[in-house]
Amino acid sequence: MTLFDLLELDFVQTALIAAAVLGLVAGVLGPFIVTRKMAFAVHGTSELAFTGGAAALLLGIGVGYGALAGSIIAAVLLGVLSRRESDRDSVIGAILAFGLGMGILMLALYKGRSANKFGLLTGQIVGVDSTDLKLLVVSSVAVLAVLAFIYRPLFFASVDPDVAVSRGVPVRGLSIVFAVLVGVATALSVQVVGALLVLALMITPAAAAMRITASPLRATVLSVVFAEVAAVGGILLSLQPGLPVSALVTAVSFVIYLVCRGVGAVQRRSG
Amino acid sequence: MTAISLRGARLSYGDRVLWDGLDLDVEPGEFLAVLGPNGSGKTSLMRVLLGLQPLSSGTVSVAGGNHAIGYIPQQRALDQSMTLRGRDLVGLGLDGDRWGLGLRNRHERRVRVNAAIESVGATPYADKPIGLLSGGEQQRLRVAQALVGDPTVMLCDEPLLSLDLANQRVVSELIDKRRREANTAVLFVTHELNPVLPLVDRVLYLVGGRFRVGTPEEVMNSRTLSELYRTPVEVVRLRDQILVIGAGACEEQTHHLTAEAAS
Ligand SMILES: Nc1ncnc2c1ncn2[C@@H]1O[C@H](COP(=O)(O)OP(=O)(O)OP(=O)(O)O)[C@@H](O)[C@H]1O
Ligand SMILES: [Mg+2]
Repeated sequence: MTLFDLLELDFVQTALIAAAVLGLVAGVLGPFIVTRKMAFAVHGTSELAFTGGAAALLLGIGVGYGALAGSIIAAVLLGVLSRRESDRDSVIGAILAFGLGMGILMLALYKGRSANKFGLLTGQIVGVDSTDLKLLVVSSVAVLAVLAFIYRPLFFASVDPDVAVSRGVPVRGLSIVFAVLVGVATALSVQVVGALLVLALMITPAAAAMRITASPLRATVLSVVFAEVAAVGGILLSLQPGLPVSALVTAVSFVIYLVCRGVGAVQRRSG
Repeated sequence: MTAISLRGARLSYGDRVLWDGLDLDVEPGEFLAVLGPNGSGKTSLMRVLLGLQPLSSGTVSVAGGNHAIGYIPQQRALDQSMTLRGRDLVGLGLDGDRWGLGLRNRHERRVRVNAAIESVGATPYADKPIGLLSGGEQQRLRVAQALVGDPTVMLCDEPLLSLDLANQRVVSELIDKRRREANTAVLFVTHELNPVLPLVDRVLYLVGGRFRVGTPEEVMNSRTLSELYRTPVEVVRLRDQILVIGAGACEEQTHHLTAEAAS
């Protein structure tokens, strides 16, 4: 089959739409995640999305809902337990290890098809069906709407917390709300690229964009563009040779990152 | 109407009392310098005025509330790799606390932000990554950030820290200009009184739970400071500088003031 034949297929189209939606959400959240130094929190949350998904498999409910529940619980736990930034790393480490262990236990107890097990770790975008897609789109719209509402205070709290607090910005409350948004987005990404590779969509594009511009708006636009290229491009590249989607998504986003580092280094030297 | 009013204010952490029985009225347009050794409760006073730290007893009021306060926090270097320009920092001072994306009135916003940047002479570097700017440049942008919200009270926590003499003068004169033009009350925490001495109306001096409020002449003399520090302190006036010698509880300050006077 040629690439064009493949693109005619329903499940391929669904996958591409899912990837495009995810790229948008991940790209918009990314600069905040990088500024707030939450890369490890995202990683931890994604592991717990895996735990939630595994629990859902075991209980016989939708994996998507399980992942969503798992990462929201994780996000709230992280927000509540790590009151100080210096605590955060160790709190995440502790929760992550436990959650992963639980996930593995639940998968071991699960008697169903093993393909389901594997998908949770490495992504199974080609298995996204129309119900999953609906959940994805609805949650994404909700995440973006909440983010738009809290955008300015969240930005203030992220880059200049001392002054933000003096202006009455609820810095702590916002950090929990943001952690939940990240949790939802992470759970959605888990469906596409898998728990282990979420960082490729949520962190790498933003980190790349922030290498080459100091303007927050431009950084967000570039981060979305990079995330889209990685997500959609990764799928397109994987179709013909039949390679794993997640491998190509991460590869594309890493190449973008390397290029941006190079460009950023040149800019600084000449600027 | 007074800009800041404290009545019988007491702040303690556990059984450690930072200050007690503090009555203080700061009038619009007044420049109050807040002095005292490390840990004497200067930043805590700012936090009380900002409503971030409840008093242990007594009352506090600030005319206009938080929105009327321009705050310059005790300096902490900004992250080198931060995706932020000076213009963004200043803009946050204008409307960073509002909900939503803020897509309306972009033009008016830009005009006000530009005016604030211009007023501190930061236009040439307002679009550079802020982490790459010098301490003095960052501090001017901090002043612009505090000014852009049109404050009736300015709380400046050691705004001269780590600035050279030229920049100390620039920053303190910018703040002084604001209070003369807009009648803004200024609370100015500093370890070095001399750079701002000509601007200061009154001094609040905190030492180990005790304090004194008054004009520089009333507070900065050997008798008063000896009482505050409970150890013999010599205050010498040399031309338009004040030298404090022998405040054992506060060597750092003596050091600062002496070094300052010598330069
Ligand atoms: N939330 C808190 N809980 C307990 N103790 C506190 C708290 N905040 C401040 N302190 C203590 O109160 C004292 C005064 O702190 P503050 O920051 O007000 O001092 P400062 O006068 O600003 O000192 P510096 O010149 O070093 O900035 C310090 O000893 C500090 O440890
Ligand atoms: Mg302080």
